[in-house]
Amino acid sequence: MELVCPAGNISMLKTAVDNGADAVYIGFKDDTNARHFAGLNFNDGTAQKAVNYAHDRGRKVYVAINTYPQPAGWSRWQKAVDVAADIGIDALIVADTGVLAYATEKHPNLARHLSVQGSATNAEALQFYKQQFDIHRAVIPRVLSMAQVKQLAKDSPVDLEVFGFGSLCVMVEGRCLLSSYATGESPNTCGACSPAKAVRWVETPEGTECRLNDVLIDRFSVDEKAGYPVVCKGRFNVDGHTYHALEEPTSLNTLELLPDLRAAGVKAIKIEGRQRSTAYVAKVAKVWREAIDSCQLNPHSFVAKQQWMHDLSSVSEGTQTTLGAYNRPWQ
Amino acid sequence: MRLSLGPIQYLWPRQTVEDFYQSHVDSPVDIIYLGETVCAKRRYLKTTEWIDLAKELAKAGKQVVLSTLTLIEAKSDMAGVKRLCNNGDLAVEANDMGAVQLMADQSLPFIGGPALNIYNAYTLNLLHQQGLIRWVMPVELDAETLKDILADADEMGLSDKIETEVFSFGHMPLAYSARCFTARFRNLPKDDCQLVCQDYPEGLAMDSQEGEAFFTINGIQTQSGRIQHLLPHWQKMQQIGVDIIRLSPQPQHMNEIIQRYSQVIQGISTDTDIESWLNSPACDGYWLGKSGMDYIAVEAGLK
Repeated sequence: MELVCPAGNISMLKTAVDNGADAVYIGFKDDTNARHFAGLNFNDGTAQKAVNYAHDRGRKVYVAINTYPQPAGWSRWQKAVDVAADIGIDALIVADTGVLAYATEKHPNLARHLSVQGSATNAEALQFYKQQFDIHRAVIPRVLSMAQVKQLAKDSPVDLEVFGFGSLCVMVEGRCLLSSYATGESPNTCGACSPAKAVRWVETPEGTECRLNDVLIDRFSVDEKAGYPVVCKGRFNVDGHTYHALEEPTSLNTLELLPDLRAAGVKAIKIEGRQRSTAYVAKVAKVWREAIDSCQLNPHSFVAKQQWMHDLSSVSEGTQTTLGAYNRPWQ
Repeated sequence: MRLSLGPIQYLWPRQTVEDFYQSHVDSPVDIIYLGETVCAKRRYLKTTEWIDLAKELAKAGKQVVLSTLTLIEAKSDMAGVKRLCNNGDLAVEANDMGAVQLMADQSLPFIGGPALNIYNAYTLNLLHQQGLIRWVMPVELDAETLKDILADADEMGLSDKIETEVFSFGHMPLAYSARCFTARFRNLPKDDCQLVCQDYPEGLAMDSQEGEAFFTINGIQTQSGRIQHLLPHWQKMQQIGVDIIRLSPQPQHMNEIIQRYSQVIQGISTDTDIESWLNSPACDGYWLGKSGMDYIAVEAGLK
């Protein structure tokens, strides 16, 4: 199984490689990728350095061009595909069928992965992308249960990559417009979810309010840790009850499912978090490298070590982890 | 421009569904979409019964389209989608690329639903080659982007081959999840949800702690808290080249709302106000390139 780690800048990429990533995924400094954050990502020059660093050490670089271009910006997506091809990356991670068509025609020999933003959750959808664009791999959304992942891996015409660790989207990726409903910008259109420019923190006598485009997303009392107001992770009012109506701020951690994922034939494990720190990727890459190696060696006696779980918890959002949808015994 | 009635997004009892469609046999909507698009566990009407109901409506003179499930996870979900796609007669709205593949495999024409992620004419063209004859614009796009997409489509020679539909009235579908938020609210596990979503025929309001309408919970689907209302913009829609205005069913006053839309787009009336028939505030921000929840028609004096 391949370990695919995130990098938001060159030092994060080097750290990921040095700590055992088989492949690192990056994006360019614009809205062509789903982590379009200020101060993050690569220009042509740093992306070339990233490729050189990884290739010198026998590792791969994937470039995420995984938002949905609209006519006014189409040339940026074309350019992103062309630059990625020029600097010798190992695969593109794409969501939009228009961009996939362009990449397939212009750079037929450059491998194509379907991004999680492509939102393919079933074998027929994967067959569509295989048939149209001869994709090599698909990253599947974090909504499938372990039983569904197993079934899909059996039926899929392409290799599967699944999320192992990181922030958890509770909505199926690529089909969530909550952010643009509140702020005008979404992952699909702008590569942004709950963008920082729409966030406002207000100190009040009752505690801290966090607002997204003026809508109150959550209110934290003085003794609570105030979290970032991601649109789906606030506390809202439903019929007189105030609670995390959609999702609590937790992280996904599927380390203990590694033997199952391996047995299912999953080819790669993806770590979320290009927006996180170098320290984050160092710790997460190291733990997952050890875990994958241990699992390959002795799949039947694999146990998730306490130390690994502790290390991962220490860098988790909300410092809680969950198996997410993978743990749904009823399917 | 013509009017369509989108699929019922909520779980209504079987009799309510049948009565609802019966009441629209003579209404001014030209196209009726029907089927379960949200949750495969909702089976008051079996797939075959949806098909039968659709055939009855077709006999009554409506153009009928069967809508497929949006988030397809289990193989059993896909089996239902296959039955719809293989119905052998009626048109199908594909709400997932899996359904697109099933239609393309049979070389059958299909309609691309609002969750297909068609953001540019290149995608439109590619899907047209697979059989797409009509598309519903993603709800988050705006009028100017639609204009650009249709201009590009025109250059590709697609203008006469593809119809454009816009989700114009109703709580907008915004997100889908593995989790059922209605069951979560009722403290029930999803595998024993007891179909409690039937208790909320218009969804469950999810407001900010200050009481501002934000989202609407509808099982595994999250909708806008506000109700999209694009009638004040109908002339712009016509000018850009929108062919079909989609109205999404709500349990009450649907006939009045359809009549009002119909009279305005036919030029019989200029009154676009529907607010007394709504249980939530209106919005139109997406269409104007703003946040979806904004309501600009009011400021612009278009109401």
